[in-house]
Amino acid sequence: MGSRASTLLRDEEIEEIKKETGFSHSQITRLYSRFTSLDKGENGTLSREDFQRIPELAINPLGDRIINAFFPEGEDQVNFRGFMRTLAHFRPIEDNEKSKDQNGPEPLNSRSNKLHFAFRLYDLDKDDKISRDELLQVLRMMVGVNISDEQLGSIADRTIQEADQDGDSAISFAEFVKLRC
Amino acid sequence: MRQRAQKEVSKGEEVCLSISQWATLQIEKGVKKQKALALENLISNGIIQREETSMEEEVAGQRQGCFNLADILYFSKKGFEAIADDEVTRRFSSEELISWNLLSRTNVNFHHVSWQLTVVWITGILIRYCLLMPLRIGLASFSILFLVLATTVIGQFPNGRVKCWLSNQVQMTCAALGVRCLSGAVHFHNRENRPQKGGICVANHTSPLDVLILASDGCYSLVGQAHGGLLGLIQKSCMKTTQHVLFERSEMKDRHLVRKKIREHIADKTKLPILIFPEGTCINNTSVMMFKKGSFEVGGTIHPVAIKYDPRFGDAFWNSMKYSVMTYAFKLMTSWAIVCNVWYLPPMVKEEEEDAVHFANRVKAVIAAQGGMSVLPWDGGLKRKKVKESLKEEQQKKYCQIVIENGTVGNGNVH
Repeated sequence: MGSRASTLLRDEEIEEIKKETGFSHSQITRLYSRFTSLDKGENGTLSREDFQRIPELAINPLGDRIINAFFPEGEDQVNFRGFMRTLAHFRPIEDNEKSKDQNGPEPLNSRSNKLHFAFRLYDLDKDDKISRDELLQVLRMMVGVNISDEQLGSIADRTIQEADQDGDSAISFAEFVKLRC
Repeated sequence: MRQRAQKEVSKGEEVCLSISQWATLQIEKGVKKQKALALENLISNGIIQREETSMEEEVAGQRQGCFNLADILYFSKKGFEAIADDEVTRRFSSEELISWNLLSRTNVNFHHVSWQLTVVWITGILIRYCLLMPLRIGLASFSILFLVLATTVIGQFPNGRVKCWLSNQVQMTCAALGVRCLSGAVHFHNRENRPQKGGICVANHTSPLDVLILASDGCYSLVGQAHGGLLGLIQKSCMKTTQHVLFERSEMKDRHLVRKKIREHIADKTKLPILIFPEGTCINNTSVMMFKKGSFEVGGTIHPVAIKYDPRFGDAFWNSMKYSVMTYAFKLMTSWAIVCNVWYLPPMVKEEEEDAVHFANRVKAVIAAQGGMSVLPWDGGLKRKKVKESLKEEQQKKYCQIVIENGTVGNGNVH
């Protein structure tokens, strides 16, 4: 299989990705080099093991959740388009974008989409609520073995108490957004 | 004779450099200057600009000692930064160049631009494959033959000063020949600091060529992995006349055994200095990774050596997972040249209260500073192994310390 990264990515594809994600031409080719260097199997897709090979990601307490965000429901491989789409959430907002008109589709890295992305890191079962269990799971990932179950439980309870407005003992997206303001 | 060779080499280098600068200019003209500048920035600064804030600054902010739903954003940001570009995996593949050096293997970002450039490139290919390569292969076969014959002959001699002197000369000559046929052009600096008998020579590792380069300017006992094939043949020949310490890779894990053998060797002041590469594996010459503390625990004088290759003429890094030894040697022979600077640094000794890890880091910093490379605390073994779980646990512990205040759990602040 070829080793020349940029020649495998056609111009039309680059244009499509540019429109969808807002990355510039050179950023896309650069990230494509990155994608192919991570793709040890050289089959045009990344698996979870390919991500795990990045040491700085492997020691990140939330590493597994972040990796999961790249893979669509039930799939084990992600192609370059999917890779770029997820990365686009964290693309920094350029100055010339701030004055763009509001009529076009919302860019992937808008504030609302970024918050939605963060919300989904918590909300595993995608029911648009962060339940106590889901909160506990993420907390456990972040603190490791250093905090007891009871203490962790009380942190979770307190957080839900403070955020919950409609009394359903879970945090909805609207309540989540309000917290961040 | 050596100086004349050096002068010719420098002249050759200047010609090559001016050609490659012209080539890059052609490319820049073809690909609109702006885009090329942007590309250059990306390559030199990395794809992303990282904010170097610590966990404490980002997570704690104004409040101290409580958990906030937004803490997740710090970790996800760090995660995404690592996915886009990380410090470690980039050291395990060849360095990217800003200007093209007319080798198609480094031409990743540049496209076909003009027919003049293509003509120059094709001429380059003809020169490299039809002229330089056959010359080098011929020289290589001759030198290997010479090495095997000479060591067999000298091995028959009775042990004594004559045998030592002869074997040293043979090894140095063969190494020098080997360097030449793998297109090496080496500049040595500060030769007054060359390692003495009974010392340990420590250097950063980029390829097996490092050994040849150092051996062409001095005699060393080598500690390293036993290879098979052609490399194994060369190793066995060298073993006939000098005391080398060879290991299987599995044995290297037995650190006590390694230390014992090294200690015995340097205790004998008549034995040649030991050459060790504490990184344990080949790194791509842009940074120096973790030095394993084994060689720094045995005592004795450490002679640091910095080896820096000039990437503009050829890529010296051996990606052992991608290329076999023969493919690698072929790549070397078909580059323009492997230009290399070797600095001998003043000897260093472990201080009384210093522990081995601290000493190793001190030596590492000196080598990196001389060679103009960055310093990384990561283990070069991550090329093949997974990262240790304990590092993740450290991150989790750090987070806990921020979130918990005085052993009690603070209130989450909500505004």
